[in-house]
Amino acid sequence: MIYIKKISQIKFQFTVLPFLMVLAMLLPSCEKNGDETSIRSYSLVWNQEFDGLAGEVPDSSVWNYDIGTGNDGWGNQELQYYTNSTDNIALDGLGNLAITARAENFGGSGFTSGRINTKDKFDIQYGRIEASIKLPYGPGIWPAFWMLGNNIDELSWPQCGEIDIVEFKGQIPNTIYGSVHGPGYSAGNAITTPYRLVNERFDTDFRLYAVEWGADRIDFFVDDYLYAQIDPENVPGEWVFNKSFFLILNVAVGGGFVGFPTSGTPFPQTMLVDYIRVYEEQ
Amino acid sequence: MMKTINLKYLLGMLVLIMLIAACKPDDDLLRPASFPNNPLVFIDDFSAGLQYAAFAGSDVTAFDIDRVNTYNNTAASMQFAVPDFGAPEGTYAGGAYYVDGGRDLSSYTALTFYAKASRTAVIDVLGFGIDLGENKYQVTLNSTQVNTNWKKFYIPIPDPSKLTGEKGMFFYSDGPDNGEGYTFWIDEVQFENVGLLAHPKSSIMGGDDVVSLAYLGLDVDIRDVSYSINLPDGTDQAYILSKAYFDLNSSNENVVRVTSDNDLEIVGPGLALIRASLGDVESEGSLTLNVQGTFQLAPEPTLAASQVISLFSDSYTDVPVDYYNGFWAPFQTTLSEDFVIDGNRILNYTNFNFVGTMFSNPTVDASSMTHLHLDIFIPGAIQPNTNLTLTLRDFGPDGSDGGGDDSDLVTTLNSGDLSQGVWNAIDIPLAGLSAKSRLGLIIYEGNALTNFYADNIYFYN
Repeated sequence: MIYIKKISQIKFQFTVLPFLMVLAMLLPSCEKNGDETSIRSYSLVWNQEFDGLAGEVPDSSVWNYDIGTGNDGWGNQELQYYTNSTDNIALDGLGNLAITARAENFGGSGFTSGRINTKDKFDIQYGRIEASIKLPYGPGIWPAFWMLGNNIDELSWPQCGEIDIVEFKGQIPNTIYGSVHGPGYSAGNAITTPYRLVNERFDTDFRLYAVEWGADRIDFFVDDYLYAQIDPENVPGEWVFNKSFFLILNVAVGGGFVGFPTSGTPFPQTMLVDYIRVYEEQ
Repeated sequence: MMKTINLKYLLGMLVLIMLIAACKPDDDLLRPASFPNNPLVFIDDFSAGLQYAAFAGSDVTAFDIDRVNTYNNTAASMQFAVPDFGAPEGTYAGGAYYVDGGRDLSSYTALTFYAKASRTAVIDVLGFGIDLGENKYQVTLNSTQVNTNWKKFYIPIPDPSKLTGEKGMFFYSDGPDNGEGYTFWIDEVQFENVGLLAHPKSSIMGGDDVVSLAYLGLDVDIRDVSYSINLPDGTDQAYILSKAYFDLNSSNENVVRVTSDNDLEIVGPGLALIRASLGDVESEGSLTLNVQGTFQLAPEPTLAASQVISLFSDSYTDVPVDYYNGFWAPFQTTLSEDFVIDGNRILNYTNFNFVGTMFSNPTVDASSMTHLHLDIFIPGAIQPNTNLTLTLRDFGPDGSDGGGDDSDLVTTLNSGDLSQGVWNAIDIPLAGLSAKSRLGLIIYEGNALTNFYADNIYFYN
């Protein structure tokens, strides 16, 4: 399967959609609109389609569960308890993986949810990593599709590096965030680009979130629209992205990035993942 | 210093209706085939054709135009002065803004506006769809929390395709908070195509799948409709809406037909499943009507009105009754699904365990009466252990329930006294009751009996 990314399509969007151009001018990291890149060709090397019966668990040869509350809410003061229950992570029988955050007391937490990763089972260095995701919503809901450096156990975070292909704050449903974290630019000081739609939301349908990652660049896309480009010059510390990373999917509730859920947060909230596809550049 | 134009000076002669900024068109005959799609209601002044009418009983001077307290330093805002409790001008502030000709709002998704108040307060009612006529497509936002900062609010149009000729642009109604009046302002009122509203949810019948017996001539309707949408801040907001927004579907038009006004018309015996959708989204809940054919009404009482003190009957004038179902929490499960057949009201107790009918304001003096009559209809099967116990209570000299001076007449009807599917005429002699000059309560208690109808409840001699 060959995937061809046409940068010309991006230019076309800038031409015919003036409001996007205006938006791009408002967002500093959209200054570069892909002019220096050319058509890239990719071939599919790995995918998860999440086809299966409702209630089945994701492929255990690929996915590990993170369980519990981690250290200080997984380092972020998150409020949920991650479980391996099919109430929190299961296929929906319609071709999607469903990760569901619930308002329920469990293990001393007020919420349950799910987080899975491919550590020691699948990793990738460079290429296009994409997922078709329908995001959950509501104040304090923090879904993410992201990657951590394989050597996290030796180097620890943030030296291992982190690439957040998409993050989302459920109380700002017209904005997504693409980020990289590394030594000297992590957590609240991560290199983050928000991408905001003027009169549209990201959580109403499936959208394709992707990074195109090379030795000296990480480009962030939504629905094939390039909204951020990060290169070594953009980061105030060491570029730690020239090694293999593994994938993570999760829905957090609360935490420093997103803030607290409120009484107005609708529960349960489900992130649906139609597929994850990983391509290598030809 | 606040400068306002006080409408009292402009329109002092009009007490109820204040007509503003509108010249009713003289050329009605030349009205175009479709209505204008003007989205503006009040930006810095009344939009084209907009008129105002204060609600009856409200302070008709409550609304004014303010040129100082405006959103984003625009030229003017709408100012609403909510009266204090007991104010002679009116007990609340309320009114509707409407246009005579109608507007095509089908390309918009919500009414939006900014609001703030002189202090933290709750505006009771805001909405659109009141046009002083049919008020067919009404949407209401209740209990809007406002404070001294401007904030944007949204009232969605649940199905814009229905609003091709809407006249009701905006309305408000608000009473004092804790007895105290205050002032709130609303500005930039307009219909917009808001893409940041999402995930609409709606329901009928409280979201439940309700199955109900029905009869030809029964006045039946969908009820307990609800609607919510997710706001741009990710929170769900509920709204009250007219049932006209729903698209109702009957699975069997030979049993139940849906009229153009979304009324249900029972046309024949059989089963019909009524489902609803709103816009493109299926609503939760359904109503299955099991139509039995013609309902046999209870026999019409023949006694002269002078011989009767009626608690519930269409044949007599009822004395004041506090309630027919006391909903005594938490132990009572009984619900009321009272119905009307060909204009005849019938009490219906469902999920019955016990229930009370209170008539204590005033109590009933039945000194000259000899019997209590009730007609009871039990639609379900009567089990050997089915019984119905009626307790008639006199409140005694203190005139109130309890206090140690009450006297009860307890009558138990066993399965042998009751028949299924027909009206059971129950006549209970009052001779066994020591006092009957301050009657105030009938308590019904049942065993193996979950659903019954009652009619023609009266004392007689």
